[in-house]
Amino acid sequence: MYFDTTVDAHRTSTGLNNRKLLIWAFLGSDVLFFGTLIATHLLYRGRSLVGHTEDIFSIPVTSASTFILLMSSLAMVLALSGIQRGNLQTMRFWIAITAIFGSIFVGFQMFEFHEFVQEGLTPRTNLFGSTFFTMTGFHGAHVAIGVLWLWSIFFASFRWSAGERNSLNVEIVGLYWHFVDIVWVVIFGVVYLVGAYGAEDRILPPVSWFGG
Amino acid sequence: MVALANIGVLPRPVHPTGVWSWLTTVDHKRIGLLYGATALAFFIIGGIEALIMRAQLAAPGQTIVSAETYSSLFTMHGTTMVFMVVMPAGAAFFNYLVPLQIGARDVAFPRLNAFSYWLFLFGALLMNFSFFVGAFPDIGWFGYAPLTSNEYTTTAATDYWLLGLQVMGIGSLSAGFNFVVTILNLRAPGMTLMRMPLFTWMTLIVAFLIIFAFPPLTIALTFLLFDRFFDMNFFNPAANADPLLWQHLFWIFGHPEVYVLILPAMGIVSDVLPTFSRKPLFGYPMIVFAGIIIGFLGFGVWAHHMFTTGLGGWANAAFAGSTLVIAVPTGVKLFNWLATMWGGSLLFKTPMLFALGFISMFLLGGLSGVMHAVVPVDTQQQDTYFIVAHFHYVLVGGSVFGLTAGVYYWWPKMTGKMLGERLGKWHFWLMLAGFNMTFLPMHILGILGMPRRIYTYDAEAGWSAWNAFISAGSLVLAVSILLLLVNIAISLRRGEKAGDNPWGAATLEWAISSPPHHYNFAVVPTVHSRYPLWDEEANVLEPPPLPPHEEPLMPAPSYWPLVVAFAIVMTFAGLLIWQWHALIGIAFMVVMALTGLRGIYGWVFEPLTVEAPEAVQAHS
Repeated sequence: MYFDTTVDAHRTSTGLNNRKLLIWAFLGSDVLFFGTLIATHLLYRGRSLVGHTEDIFSIPVTSASTFILLMSSLAMVLALSGIQRGNLQTMRFWIAITAIFGSIFVGFQMFEFHEFVQEGLTPRTNLFGSTFFTMTGFHGAHVAIGVLWLWSIFFASFRWSAGERNSLNVEIVGLYWHFVDIVWVVIFGVVYLVGAYGAEDRILPPVSWFGG
Repeated sequence: MVALANIGVLPRPVHPTGVWSWLTTVDHKRIGLLYGATALAFFIIGGIEALIMRAQLAAPGQTIVSAETYSSLFTMHGTTMVFMVVMPAGAAFFNYLVPLQIGARDVAFPRLNAFSYWLFLFGALLMNFSFFVGAFPDIGWFGYAPLTSNEYTTTAATDYWLLGLQVMGIGSLSAGFNFVVTILNLRAPGMTLMRMPLFTWMTLIVAFLIIFAFPPLTIALTFLLFDRFFDMNFFNPAANADPLLWQHLFWIFGHPEVYVLILPAMGIVSDVLPTFSRKPLFGYPMIVFAGIIIGFLGFGVWAHHMFTTGLGGWANAAFAGSTLVIAVPTGVKLFNWLATMWGGSLLFKTPMLFALGFISMFLLGGLSGVMHAVVPVDTQQQDTYFIVAHFHYVLVGGSVFGLTAGVYYWWPKMTGKMLGERLGKWHFWLMLAGFNMTFLPMHILGILGMPRRIYTYDAEAGWSAWNAFISAGSLVLAVSILLLLVNIAISLRRGEKAGDNPWGAATLEWAISSPPHHYNFAVVPTVHSRYPLWDEEANVLEPPPLPPHEEPLMPAPSYWPLVVAFAIVMTFAGLLIWQWHALIGIAFMVVMALTGLRGIYGWVFEPLTVEAPEAVQAHS
């Protein structure tokens, strides 16, 4: 059938399924979304006039939530491996684990936001607050959408037979999930670790290099 | 599967004709026509805005409009022409032609395609709705922050501009994804990348430009939205924010956007020239690679919009260099187009005339563009009418002439009727004369020092004569557009019938009937060369139409794209209600967001195709 989602690979097609190519194109675009947010945050590093900045981070707590998110990616891999071997039970188990770990991560983030606000850092406080909450909030929204997507697959899968098309559904949410994970690795490294421990001008060149 | 289908509460739409058939259509040809009609309507609106400005400037010291109204006019003229005319006009051609040119029956994601159109339309309407609440946006099409933050711009018009642009941007992004997948994956057997018609090639490049250029704009708009609605600090100089951040983010989007506007025209001209020169395009791979190089370099020249902001010598030198370099692939294309005509048997039909108009006028716009790569020259010309002259030569002389060539060239394919040749030639010559009368003297005014965006000027400045001449020229330009509308009306009522291939063209879209069947190709063709219709008989490519019961199964109409697009635009509009009354605004946004979420589930669980007509009846 012409509009079948399984495209025959011939020379005039990439050989990738349409929906898989779509998610790749979307993720390519999403890199630019996060890139703009992270670049703005770095541009404004050290420019806040008042209030808390990186000193407010609790690296042990964020390390724990980062670990949970990384483990959710492992669960995602096992879920895909489950359905690819035709085992819907295994897939559902690991999908649920992935979604629960994702929810825990979002919970950590809500706790972190709450703590920061308690200590007097809001998005209105200073430049750091504006860029930090917007960037991590945008990432948190990605995780939350991912969790919703995972549970949708979990419940929809009770009507599935373990076919090619359904394993693609899991693979696509997996691509999205791993991408969101990788973005967090970048944010955790560049924003949290470098922010908390990095000596100002040795890690990043001074803004004056760029004429600013 | 039936149970899953029932998750969609709305029954499948079944109307073959009438308003509902258009609201629920997922046919790429119909969506293309919707884009085209909308672009034409906004073209008239944006044109009227320009004419009011020219009336105001026709003589010194006039008070036809106030300074405030004038600011609104140039803002909405620019925003309308870029986002609601040239982009959707390009999208009209992408939608209608790309599947036909690659031998496909539709785009890869037909419902996503409808969704893109509705987001574009609703975003445009939301922005223009500000007119009815008392204030038009008056911040320039570039909306420079911090001038657009709360402190300096208090009217709600800026919020409408912001939200409308955001919604249109989401529509453009989803269209970009769709066309990348369509062109890479849905090509007919034998249609290798290097056999694709040039218009399809340029569409592919534009789709990539959109998916990489719109994110910075979307984020910049989000920052501004947070600043304006929630008092954040992204563009707040008092909090030590960088006053140039917006300009950087905007022009990282804005310069690739220029190529989003011009590449479709280049693609159209590259398809029109071979047809009317009766010989293949000279240097096909050169034009393809020049387009790709323009796409890459387009991301590395943005700061030439900011030479006067004091970036420093090194930054200016680097961006001056990259700006000079990007002129090279453009020059390569021009020489290839000239060489295509060399030795051909030239046929000066209307589409060909507009293609030639494109080449000559775009050349002039390109040359003044190269001048701006020279930093000291640019510093002199910044914010003068010289800049206005330059970008109108690129966007009108380039994009609009190219797109008009496309209108005359493909109109017979879309409607099955010819546009009048005689009226078309009048249209061309009047437009060429009116265009040059309007914009050529602006170079002189710019050098004389007339600044942009002033609502009036003093008689002693010595600009009066040229301004009067320009205003007269703009009327000639307006009359020429009127001739196009007359031509369209006559053609629709009693136009000469067009055959399948009235121009003797070579690409796949001309192999099928005019207008095409809803399934485009009865049998998916196999392609053996770049010019299939010149290299083999048309009837080999397209056998006679199929009897109804043998027609291929096509994607069924759907309500969901419309529902989801409406929910998204209303969720954004909820912020405006929130400003007025927080609780009602939040309630409204929650309801609309849930409607959108509901719509997404309906969409996902609704099968793309409906097996048989009986199945449709069963659900309704």
